[in-house]
Amino acid sequence: MMTLDTVGVHRQARVIMIDGGHRIRSYLNTLGIHIGDWLTVVQRAPFRGPVLVEIHGSRVALGRGIATKIRVDMDGVLESLSGSTEVFGAGS
Amino acid sequence: MRFLLAGQPNSGKSSIFNSIAGYRSATANFPKSSISYTATRALIAGREVEVVDLPGIYSLTSSDEAAGPAERYLLDEPYDLIINVVDASRLGRSLELTFQLLEFRRPMIVALNMMDEAHRRGVEIDDRALAAELGVPVVTTVSRLGRGLKQLFRDGLRHAAAAVPPVPPTYDLEVEEAIAEVATGLTSRAVVTGVPTRLVAAKLLEGDPHLSGRVLRADPEIARVVEAVGGRLESAHGWSADQVVSGSRHALAHAVEDRVVTLRPAGDGWREKADRLLLNQWTGGPIMVLILGGFFWLVFGIGRRVEAPLLDAFNWIQGSVAEQFPAGGLTATLADGLVMGLAGGVAIVLPYVIPFLIGLAILEDTGYLPRLAYILDSLMHHIGLHGKSVLPMILGYGCSVPAIMATRVLESEKDRKITAALTSFIPCSARTVVIFGLVAAFMGPLWALAIYLVNIVVIVLLGTVMASRMKGASPGLVLEIPDLSLPDVKTLIAKTWLALREFITIAWPLLIASSIILGLLEWGHGAEAVNRLLSPLTVWLLGLPAAVGMTLVFGVLRKELTLVMLVQALGTTDLATVMTTQQLLTFTLFVVFYVPCIATIAVLARQMGWRGALAISGLTVTAAIVVALAGRLLYSVFG
Repeated sequence: MMTLDTVGVHRQARVIMIDGGHRIRSYLNTLGIHIGDWLTVVQRAPFRGPVLVEIHGSRVALGRGIATKIRVDMDGVLESLSGSTEVFGAGS
Repeated sequence: MRFLLAGQPNSGKSSIFNSIAGYRSATANFPKSSISYTATRALIAGREVEVVDLPGIYSLTSSDEAAGPAERYLLDEPYDLIINVVDASRLGRSLELTFQLLEFRRPMIVALNMMDEAHRRGVEIDDRALAAELGVPVVTTVSRLGRGLKQLFRDGLRHAAAAVPPVPPTYDLEVEEAIAEVATGLTSRAVVTGVPTRLVAAKLLEGDPHLSGRVLRADPEIARVVEAVGGRLESAHGWSADQVVSGSRHALAHAVEDRVVTLRPAGDGWREKADRLLLNQWTGGPIMVLILGGFFWLVFGIGRRVEAPLLDAFNWIQGSVAEQFPAGGLTATLADGLVMGLAGGVAIVLPYVIPFLIGLAILEDTGYLPRLAYILDSLMHHIGLHGKSVLPMILGYGCSVPAIMATRVLESEKDRKITAALTSFIPCSARTVVIFGLVAAFMGPLWALAIYLVNIVVIVLLGTVMASRMKGASPGLVLEIPDLSLPDVKTLIAKTWLALREFITIAWPLLIASSIILGLLEWGHGAEAVNRLLSPLTVWLLGLPAAVGMTLVFGVLRKELTLVMLVQALGTTDLATVMTTQQLLTFTLFVVFYVPCIATIAVLARQMGWRGALAISGLTVTAAIVVALAGRLLYSVFG
């Protein structure tokens, strides 16, 4: 189990827990982020900036604070066709 | 008849509303709390219909502060039809709100909007199947192009007349049972709320902050039932009850989406390619600097060029008006004040404000502003805020008035207050005129740059102090980044006009009235008294000529006036001959920080009450004295 802020660019992950109060949960829920959902990390801003994720066809920017509260799992990720996800993430 | 437009942000709701309101027709803004509804009257198939645009909300149970007023409207106000605007390209997420709206059991119709966008993304929707799933009529629309809107309103009218309430959605068995159990508890205790008990029960289980407070006040006993039922859901799922209910709605929404949507592969368009550069961790920052730099360069370039001939024209008008009346008389003073007030608005503000608003509308409509919030988020955390606060603060460099109004985009009250306070410290284009006209002209551009940097340092310090002293949690940045899009000229004009109207109705009348009052003060030799009154500050503390006192009073009206009045008060355009560089620096520093202009104070008061506005004004004066004094001392030591 890891938190969303540690997931690399172009990697997919599944939300397994939202580690926060009602307010944060309902915030994420309203943007369509629920437990069990798959999301893709599209970009990670430098200097502990936000993480940009793609979920159900929309893109959502999540501050690092909130990203550390989202526990994700990466089991069952489909390998990218262009090779390993690491290589893809390095921008080749 | 009254129709409500309800939908998620970025669903194209406003463009449907605008097509009905026709931009020009009288739309009424009636603010309730900080979020305002907009309503308009329209003639549909010969019937007069009032259309109300509710604030865009992702969900009715959200802690988003816009959800409260929207929900209150849905619960308490009379209406005949809900038009639920749904973004077809994000059907699953949009349906979550649709299901919540169905719970109200009021006649409803779905506008399946942005069909072109969905098509581009390879999303094909069977709208008939969707209508069957939801049990309400579905009309496909492309509101940006006005497609399908006639059909939408005609079908809506027919559906509203038939007044058939929809059937609420059916969730998981467990959730249904839990809702039913709470609902039974509600009816047996006869809680009168005038809304379907099923809706109230679901909201209680979800811990809805707006409705549950109301119900619990009426019936504190029900809390025990909710707790017991919620506890059972929790132990069965391992998640809290609110997550079980919203998770169940989420699952249902995506199940319906799967049944009615066919996906075909769609390639990356220019939007995706541009985003890869705009949001990239290496190129995003430099591109941002280029875009913003180019933006300000253009605004100031256009402004300067338009301003000069306008000022000439007004000087001529002022001269010919003065000839009409006996010099030094009351009528001459009144006329002069009137002309000055008009001129300040037209010749100084509009040349900068109009290009700025257009540029801003372009940044807004292309969807670049949310990207800016993303890029600057980590920087804003140092001031105790987050990326979204960037949006109003950037506007502050143009004019504080629209900037402070833009703090409405922030979710938490704390963020809104801090951002509004900090925004009033940002040197607007009027203060820029003073910085350039005094410091850059007489001391060099590097000194001007230093003033901007000092300003940012002060803002960072103030932000840090305010954030640590004010209560209230900020959720941090959670922001949808909409697709990039090409701005539409008609919308740009409409947006600019709407923003401009706020300036014309709030700021301008104040400017003219105050200008006349100050003219009268001069006429009655009030200026000398004011200068004497302010001399402890101006002469003793800051070491400035006594004559600057009146210019500072004029500066409260409009910051540019300090420059104009300074030239008049000292009787020369070559200020370097009558003021030392130290005095110029001290004066400019003071002008940049002290009291935002009257229009800004008025907007601050509207946004956060008179007490807040006065507190911020007091703070700016303190900051101005401290900074100007520090500038004076440091310059005499090192300068």
